[in-house]
Amino acid sequence: MPAVNTRRLAADAGLLVIAAAFVLPLAWVILSSVDPKADLTVKVPDGVTLDNFDAVLTPEITFTPLLNSLLLCGGGTALTVVCAALAAYPLSRFRSRLNRPFLLTILFATSLPITAIMVPVYALFVQVNLIDTVQGTIFFFAASQLPFAIWLMKNFMDGVPKELEEAAWTDGASSLQSLLRVVLPLMGPGVAVVTVFSFVMMWGNFFVPFMLLLTPEQMPAAVSINEFFGNRGTVVYGQLAAFSVIYSTPVILLYVGVARRLGGGFALGGAVKG
Amino acid sequence: MTGPAGTRATATAPKPAAAKAAPGPPHPTVRALTRALPLTPATVLLLLFLAGPIAYCAYIAFTDLQLTGQAEDSFIGFENFRTAFGDEAFLNAVWLTLVFTVVSALLGQNTLGLALAALMRRASKPVRTLVGGIVVTAWVLPEVVAGFLLYAFFRREGTLNAVLDWLHLPTQNWLYTLPILAVSFANVWRGTAFSMLVYSAALNEIPKEITEAAEMDGAGGWRRMWHITLPMIRRSIGTNLMLITLQTLSVFGLIWVMTRGGPGGKSQTLPLFMYEEAFQKSMIGYGTAVALLLLVVGSLFSVIYLRLLRTEV
Repeated sequence: MPAVNTRRLAADAGLLVIAAAFVLPLAWVILSSVDPKADLTVKVPDGVTLDNFDAVLTPEITFTPLLNSLLLCGGGTALTVVCAALAAYPLSRFRSRLNRPFLLTILFATSLPITAIMVPVYALFVQVNLIDTVQGTIFFFAASQLPFAIWLMKNFMDGVPKELEEAAWTDGASSLQSLLRVVLPLMGPGVAVVTVFSFVMMWGNFFVPFMLLLTPEQMPAAVSINEFFGNRGTVVYGQLAAFSVIYSTPVILLYVGVARRLGGGFALGGAVKG
Repeated sequence: MTGPAGTRATATAPKPAAAKAAPGPPHPTVRALTRALPLTPATVLLLLFLAGPIAYCAYIAFTDLQLTGQAEDSFIGFENFRTAFGDEAFLNAVWLTLVFTVVSALLGQNTLGLALAALMRRASKPVRTLVGGIVVTAWVLPEVVAGFLLYAFFRREGTLNAVLDWLHLPTQNWLYTLPILAVSFANVWRGTAFSMLVYSAALNEIPKEITEAAEMDGAGGWRRMWHITLPMIRRSIGTNLMLITLQTLSVFGLIWVMTRGGPGGKSQTLPLFMYEEAFQKSMIGYGTAVALLLLVVGSLFSVIYLRLLRTEV
């Protein structure tokens, strides 16, 4: 039908116009990263070079901050996922009068503006000597991500039929054993989603490490890139772009890896669906 | 339905009395406690690192705690809040937060997200995939990187002016003349994917028969959108508005990288104001009072959000 075709063309055209506006800043970073004479405007480089990448691939600029990021976000994610899986189990498996209040509190905490509590967290961390420590930052990362992770994990766990577990129980498995051997393997993709989501959120988070870490050697890439930009006088835009590309690639790849599982409703983690 | 009683008893009850009870089914309270045991690590973390700071926030907001120079902080009641509401910089930050939230979240992300989701339903598959990929990439990028990209975009010698120049339109130094609009657009660029995903999911759940019936009755695209689609997804609209408002209220890194709240406080929303008062001016008590206000506003939105979901929890 021609009417359908016209409509499709109109929709395509509209989308492409919007996408063009969205793509310009992205094109800038990609083109500039290989442009020997990069500046602030998006343009096709005269020649392609990898010099910008060469220049930033040093321990001081790239490797140490990325390693720090990996340590912080890896630690935070591990703690989040373990605690969330344990917490989700009784919430999903056993009926209790406490479940509903607990879940409502969790859901409430999910949407609190964490930015607002960074000043008191800083003050508190100074008092208990956790300021400028990697473990303190990991604890806070985990706590801030936990409400959403528990919620998400519980929803995935609800999808695993209880009968399978009962069979394990009859065979003499404890709750912990059936969680580890039966439930978690069956909800592998769900665990992957929680893990990747937590990691991506922490990897991109700037404010938390910016507030809680002070020593430059401990800074993750989220903060060091800011120093890179602000404190070196003339900014070498090509190198900045190259670093941005290196720093962003892992999370984009991880996201793509689980994107299909996430689907449209992922963003709400089932919150909309309850 | 029940697990082996032995493991439970050893896990929770080292006391002899409980050990004696082990052969029979455990006392209901013991059982409930054992079952709740896996909740402990998460609860401890949440209490220590989330609830603790929030409670501490509610306390130091009423003190004159400073970073330096003062040995003891003292309780000063509502003084910080009185100061805030008489402080022009604070009122400016409240106003800018409002502008930022309305322009970037309610108008920008929400409307654009819905438009994208609606257009995608009609578009051809390659276009849909391409556009979705681009918009989602902007969302997945780390906050600071997004900040740089848009800093470069809006700078005087940046891409936006180059495009405007090419179209023979007037250019200006956006980050200097209209910084709050620049950061608002940045937030639209970064955050729209969220609304797009929410609305795509919502639109997918509208039964085809309903739209088809309306089409047969001769309702045009806009009428169908207004009279059928929007009422049917109103719950998703409510949830989405709530969540993007909360996300937008707490944006810090994006604005920090692009403008540091400047020039002259012209893009200083509440989180940046809070940071400046607490750290650059060392007024932790005052900064926390601002944080508490932000938290209260956030909690109100959060409660409304829970009411919206009420039937489903």
